[in-house]
Amino acid sequence: MSDNVVDLPVPGIKTSKTDTTAEVMGKATRVKRRLTSRTATVVALVIAVLWTLPTFGLFISSFRPAGLISTTGWWTIFQNPGFTLGNYQEVLFSTSQSSPQLGAYFVNSLAIAIPATLFPLVIAAMAAYAFAWIKFKGSGALFVLIFALQIVPLQLALIPLLQMFTQLLRPGQEWVHSIIPMIPEQGYLPVWIAHTIFALPLAIFLLHNFISEIPGEVIEAARVDGASHGQVFFRIVLPLAVPALASFAIFQFLWVWNDLLVALIFSGGTQDVAPLTQRLAELTGTRGQDWQRLTAAAFVSLVVPLIVFFSLQRYFVRGLLAGSTKG
Amino acid sequence: MTTADLLGKIIQVVAALAAFSLVIGLVLFLIDKAPKRGRDYWQLAFFLLPAVLLLLVGLIYPAFRTSLLAFSNSSGEWVGGENFVWMFTQPAALVTLGNTVIWVVVVPILSTIIGLTYALFIDKSRGEKYFKALVFMPMAISFVGAGIIWRFVYDYKSGDNAQIGLLNQILVWVGAEPVQWLQTSPINTFLLIIVMIWIQTGFAMVICSAAIKGVPTEQIEAAQLDGTNPWQRFTNVTLPGIRGSLVVVITTISIATLKVFDIVRTMTAGNFNTSVIANEMYTQAFRAGEQGRGAALAIVLFLLVLPIVIYNVRILRQQREIR
Repeated sequence: MSDNVVDLPVPGIKTSKTDTTAEVMGKATRVKRRLTSRTATVVALVIAVLWTLPTFGLFISSFRPAGLISTTGWWTIFQNPGFTLGNYQEVLFSTSQSSPQLGAYFVNSLAIAIPATLFPLVIAAMAAYAFAWIKFKGSGALFVLIFALQIVPLQLALIPLLQMFTQLLRPGQEWVHSIIPMIPEQGYLPVWIAHTIFALPLAIFLLHNFISEIPGEVIEAARVDGASHGQVFFRIVLPLAVPALASFAIFQFLWVWNDLLVALIFSGGTQDVAPLTQRLAELTGTRGQDWQRLTAAAFVSLVVPLIVFFSLQRYFVRGLLAGSTKG
Repeated sequence: MTTADLLGKIIQVVAALAAFSLVIGLVLFLIDKAPKRGRDYWQLAFFLLPAVLLLLVGLIYPAFRTSLLAFSNSSGEWVGGENFVWMFTQPAALVTLGNTVIWVVVVPILSTIIGLTYALFIDKSRGEKYFKALVFMPMAISFVGAGIIWRFVYDYKSGDNAQIGLLNQILVWVGAEPVQWLQTSPINTFLLIIVMIWIQTGFAMVICSAAIKGVPTEQIEAAQLDGTNPWQRFTNVTLPGIRGSLVVVITTISIATLKVFDIVRTMTAGNFNTSVIANEMYTQAFRAGEQGRGAALAIVLFLLVLPIVIYNVRILRQQREIR
C-alpha cells in the first residue's frame, strides 16, 4: 500500500495514513497474530494448484505433437514424451487454407488495441480537465450524467450503432478503398470508434477524480501568468496525470485485447480486421477437436496479456480494480 | 497475409493516429485562439465537444433507439410488448432467463467465498505475492482463452480411447464412466459457471486482501487477549471491518456475471440449454435477424443491472459519510 504508484480511487477500500505503521507493527507481531495454521496453508496450496493446473495443462499440451495430444493426457508426459514447436509454427506462419493463420490476426489485435487505447485516453483527459478546472453552470449535472452512463450495458447500444456505421461510415470506407486499394473496404475504423465510445464514461470519471486532485494553486499560478487553458492542459495537467493515465491505458488495452463482443459485431470477421479472440472463438466452433492447434493458438493470444500482467502488475491491478465495472 | 495487406494495416493505424493528433491539435489551437467574448465558454465547448458528441451519438441515442426497437418485430413494425411476452413464455427463452439467475446467484457467492478464504489463509504468509499472482492471473487473460483452457479440461473421448480431458480422466481413475460434460444439461451450465468463478476469484481475493490489511491490528490483538479463537476473531473483527469491500466485490462480480457472453459463446455457443441473456441477445439480434427480440433482451439486461448499481452507489455514499 505504501508504494509510489498513485492511488486510483478503488471503491470500498479505506486508505489511511496509518497503513504503514500498522504494517510495521504487523510485522513485529506477525507470528502471534497469524491466522494461518497448517490446515490453512494446505487449503491455500490446494486452491493455488487447482487454479493453476488448467492453464498449465494447456501450456504443456501446446508443445506436444498432434498425435500425442489426441491420444494421451498431458499428465502422462513422462510416459509419452514428445516435444515440438511445430504447433506454434503452424498456427502462426503456415499459409495453408486449413491452418489458423494467426499472424494476420495478431497484427489486427495490435492495430485495434493501440488506437482504441489512445483515442479514449486523450478525449477523456480533455473532458476530465474541463469538468475539474473550468467552472460553468450545469457542470455537476453533466458530470453525473456521464458517470451514470457507466451503467448502460454496451448491449443496449450495439444494434443502432451497427446500423449507423453501415449507413454513415461505409461509403467513406469504400471511397478510401477505391483510392488506396491496399486498405480494405472493411477497415478498423468502426471497431476503434465503438471501443472509444464504450470506454469514455469510465475514463472520464477516473481521470476526473485524479485531475481534480491536482493542487489548485499550481493551475491558478499558471493561469495568472497568462497561460491559456490549452497550455495548462498540455504543459501541466497531462504530465502530472501520467500515473493515472498509465493505469487506465493498461486496463483499456487489455480490455480491448481480450474483447470478443465488440469485435464480433463491428469487425466483419475477415482476416483484414478481426482480432485474435474472434479467430479463436471461430476455431473452437469449427475445429474444436484440433487440440494441437487450439492449445498453441490460445497461448499466442495469452502471451501479450501475460507479459503486461507480469511486468506491470502494480499498475495493472490498480487499473483493473478501478475499472472492473466497465462494459 | 501478404506484404500489401500488412502495409495496408500499418497505413490505417498510422493515418488514424495522425488524423487524430491533427484534430486534437486543431481543437487545442482553437481553444487558445477563441474569441475574447465569452472565451471561457468557447474553451469549455472545445474541451468537452469530442467526448459529449461521441457519447450522444454513440451511446445515448442508440440506447433510446434500442428501447424503441424492443417494441417492434424483425421488419420494424410496432408490435407492443410481444417480444417481452415471447421472452417470458417460450421454453427456450425461459431457460435462458433461468440460467442467468443461476449464474448471478452462484458466481458472486462462490468467487467471494473462495477469494476471501484464500486471502485470509495467505495473509502475511511467506511468498504471499506469488500465491496472489497465481490466482489473480486468470483475470488478465481473455474469456475466450479461459474458455479454451477449460474446454480442454472437460474434453471427452468416446469408447476405449484414452481421455485427454482431466475431469474425465479423474472419473476413469475412480472407476466411473466418462461424461460428455458440455453436452449434458444441466451440469454443463455449472461447468461454465466454474470458468467464471475461476476468473473472478482473483478479483475478489485482491480486494479482500487489501481490505484485510486495512483492519487495525490493535482490534485483532485486543480480541486475542480476550481469549477468542480465530473463527470468532474472523466473524467479530475482520468481517465487520471489510464489509464495505465485500459489498463492492459481490456487486461488481454480479454485474460482470450478468453480462457474461464470451464464455458461453466459446464453450457451447449457447447450445444444450446453456444460453444466458447476453449470449441470447447476440444470437437473436445478429445471427437470427430478430432485432426486436435482441433489443428486448438488452433492455432486460439493463433492468437487471440497474438495481445492483444503485445499491452499490448507495453503499459507497454511506461509507463516505461515515468517513
